[in-house]
Amino acid sequence: MFYREAGDFKTSYVADNQTFPIAFDRYRYYAVLAVAFLVVPFIVNDYWANAVLLPFLIWAIAAIGLNILTGYCGQVSLGTGGFMAVGAYACYKFMTAFPDLNIAFCVLLGGAVTALVGVLFGLPSLRIKGFYLAVATLAAQFFLVWLFNRVPWFYNYSASGQISAPERTVFGVPVTGPNTSAWATYLFCLVFLVVLAWLARNLTRGTVGRTWMSIRDMDIAAEIIGVNPLRAKLTAFAASSFFVGIAGALFFSVYLGAVEVGEAFGINKSFLVLFMIIIGGLGSIFGSLAGAAFMVLLPVLLKNVLVGGFGWDTALAAHLELVIVGALIIGFLIAEPHGLARLWELAKEKLRLWPFPH
Amino acid sequence: MPDQVLFAMEVMLNGLMAGVMYALVALGFVLIYKASGIFNYSQGVMALFAALTLVGIQQGQVPFAHLINAVFGTEIHHFGWHLPAIVAIILTIGVMIGLAILIEHFVLKHLVNQEPIILFMATIGLAYFLEGVGDLMWGSDIKKMDVGLPQGLSEFIDTTTYNWFGYGFFIDRLDIAATIIAAILVAGLVAFSQYTKQGRALRAVADDHQAALSVGISLQFIWVLVWSIAGFVALVAGIMWGTKSGVQFSLSLIALKALPVLMLGGFTSIPGAIVGGLIIGVGEKLFEFMIGPLVGGATENWFAYVLALLFLVFRPQGLFGEKIIERV
Repeated sequence: MFYREAGDFKTSYVADNQTFPIAFDRYRYYAVLAVAFLVVPFIVNDYWANAVLLPFLIWAIAAIGLNILTGYCGQVSLGTGGFMAVGAYACYKFMTAFPDLNIAFCVLLGGAVTALVGVLFGLPSLRIKGFYLAVATLAAQFFLVWLFNRVPWFYNYSASGQISAPERTVFGVPVTGPNTSAWATYLFCLVFLVVLAWLARNLTRGTVGRTWMSIRDMDIAAEIIGVNPLRAKLTAFAASSFFVGIAGALFFSVYLGAVEVGEAFGINKSFLVLFMIIIGGLGSIFGSLAGAAFMVLLPVLLKNVLVGGFGWDTALAAHLELVIVGALIIGFLIAEPHGLARLWELAKEKLRLWPFPH
Repeated sequence: MPDQVLFAMEVMLNGLMAGVMYALVALGFVLIYKASGIFNYSQGVMALFAALTLVGIQQGQVPFAHLINAVFGTEIHHFGWHLPAIVAIILTIGVMIGLAILIEHFVLKHLVNQEPIILFMATIGLAYFLEGVGDLMWGSDIKKMDVGLPQGLSEFIDTTTYNWFGYGFFIDRLDIAATIIAAILVAGLVAFSQYTKQGRALRAVADDHQAALSVGISLQFIWVLVWSIAGFVALVAGIMWGTKSGVQFSLSLIALKALPVLMLGGFTSIPGAIVGGLIIGVGEKLFEFMIGPLVGGATENWFAYVLALLFLVFRPQGLFGEKIIERV
């Protein structure tokens, strides 16, 4: 009834090409943004920010990054954790080497450095394909984590081998270090997510995104019609690593504050992000967000129900969580290989006709 | 001979032994990949699960004891028996066959004709699931595995090499046992696939799914069969690794090492898995021995992957893999 194209007349090319062609979608999008920016910061408390909102915002950025590479360009990567570590350590080095540099630029520079490293590890993708590439990206994961563990220059020769974020402010409000408030860190990450999601959405529907998708669908055919595979694959690796690097930088500086590389950016994190995009939906920005929300909320929910509700042992709850996550992934792949994003599409299709059946 | 050379030789021998262990895990991957085109990430967790089950059965643990205790408030842990190793092994084989049937019935059957990447992700899900179930069933504490395999320094080799070179090689008897068992296992697998009816059917499916279907080979049966065999290989690998370093979660991470072995040898080749395993085993031990001290050690974590990566750039299908032919 409300959700329909009818009566929404497009009078310019710009209007015709917009991301949300249906008016209802557009207003809903503005409403979500308004709530996120104008309502949530006033009601958010430490528990919600640390347990749910910050992890969601940060993992959503990482998931968008991996989705660009895997969902749009078809190159499976298991090195996400390693690339996040690059972002975190690059950000840390910039923060400590240039104390006057604004933290936002440190995070962006961290992303840029990660993009370079990503291109480097993306080079073999020109010869290696499919599973061989997936395993090859494991080399990035293990090598990078080892590198940050063993070369003292990266952690500024600190005795513990950890890196910890010094206090940095944005407009006089601290966003890193011990004296942060929930609303400031939340807003800081939210701005990054919104800008990056907007960027990703527009990248993927433009020329670059189309070359990525043609490589994904069939790389030889794409090459024959004039897509340069070198360029397409390397830009995908660069863009993806940029996003993942920013996620890593935020994860370290804003969320955790202090990081031990093997623990914070281990192979489990690579799989976590991979699960997010599978459950959310490959090749969809909304899917990345939905998948991240799902994978962040599920453990919190299970923990609250099992430990808080039934009074179980935390270890037992953690094991049961593994079983449930594993079963959910298999169940999702069987029931809906295209993930939550596809369910959302179907719901919208239904909504278009509602309440009349034809 | 100078000491350095002797040291290097000892390191190489130990590397060969470690390589056999990697090859054992890689073998399971290759079997499943050949027969069903599925890249089975959960092979490592299957080894862990098999080892946990073996120890649990042997020591008479009650499955899901923790869960039952938490739900019903009971205090049960053990049945109070202690089974001989061979009975426990046979029972565990039974469990792995049951697992194969369940996997075929609940996962693979529903994912026929999906893209390989979807199947791969499903096996990652399976890995999480099995890891959780293993922990729930038998508890997550580190367990000691003892099925009567010889352990400790081999004094015979130590004294013989001392008499020859004036320097005794340190070689674990378990590694020697593992090598012998691996050789028997591979010979058995080759004999099975060459000389039995099921083995022929298996090779036929590996060669061409549709042609095999058209001559009346049941794909479902073959899948159950191949996952059972992979489960058995996982059990052998689990016993070896478990005896060596205790049954614990890191077992499934060691199994990740099998991945570069596969890349090096090629996903579709059994000899490739073995040769790849040996190359990786020797390579990483020697690299750690020669270069490791210069760059801060613990290079074993990544050396195998980087070696495989560099190798693949020059030969994308691995040493013995089938040539990748692409058509539009």
